[in-house]
Amino acid sequence: MSVAPAEVQRPLLEEDLDRPWITIVWNDPINLMSYVTYVFMTYFKYDRAKAELLMMDVHERGKAVVSNGTREEMERDVTALHSYGLWATLQKDD
Amino acid sequence: MSTGFQRTRTGRTVLRVDAMEKTVLASLAEQMIAFVAPTQAAASSDPLAAIVGIDEVAETPSDPALARMFPAAYRDDDEAAGDFRRFTERDLRALKIANATKVAGCLERSGEKLVLTGDEALCWLGFLNDTRIAIGTRLEITEENHDELAELPAEDPRAGLFDVYDWLTFLQDSLVQLELDSE
Repeated sequence: MSVAPAEVQRPLLEEDLDRPWITIVWNDPINLMSYVTYVFMTYFKYDRAKAELLMMDVHERGKAVVSNGTREEMERDVTALHSYGLWATLQKDD
Repeated sequence: MSTGFQRTRTGRTVLRVDAMEKTVLASLAEQMIAFVAPTQAAASSDPLAAIVGIDEVAETPSDPALARMFPAAYRDDDEAAGDFRRFTERDLRALKIANATKVAGCLERSGEKLVLTGDEALCWLGFLNDTRIAIGTRLEITEENHDELAELPAEDPRAGLFDVYDWLTFLQDSLVQLELDSE
């Protein structure tokens, strides 16, 4: 099965220039696929299709970019994802 | 084995457990509270910093399960990861303790039928995820060795732990499905 990356290959928009930080969720063997989908829907308010696509990206590619924004925004996202038990990191998008 | 979480028509979340399962869950809640409690060394000696939840210890925990529960937020920047940890880890530990405490309270007040509010169900969801991370890390679970662990002989000390892990997985997934359906 082939799954299109949900976030990483969309065209770069002008607003991205002001949103140079990204949050990455990494695959781990313990978190349930259903739970990861649930977290993406609950926290990011992504619809089910987008949440499942991102979840499959994490599962099959080992990681996925789940959000972008300012450093402060990404620290907030990582804090929240850690509170759900997901393995998340932030970094500058380069 | 129990039937997992179910939802009533009025929106309550119900879990039926026998006495043995209740004992296991209560014990896990108690162990979780002790496991994630901040260490004495982490507590800041600056009283004001302690009040606002800032710690002096900024290293990733050496225990693999704790390291997985409190991961570094930056992969290639130890200083930023340390700062992030000093400002967030204490709250994260407190959240996990609060969830486990809520679970213990629900078990204590109930018989073999647990009836949970929406908020309590979310505490259970967090708690089940935390316990699976703690146990799964101990078992060194990978995506490849699940079947191997499932077939361990009964005399292997990991066999009982894996049974608990598998049961918690079943419970968590049943609860996630309810939450997904109500999204």
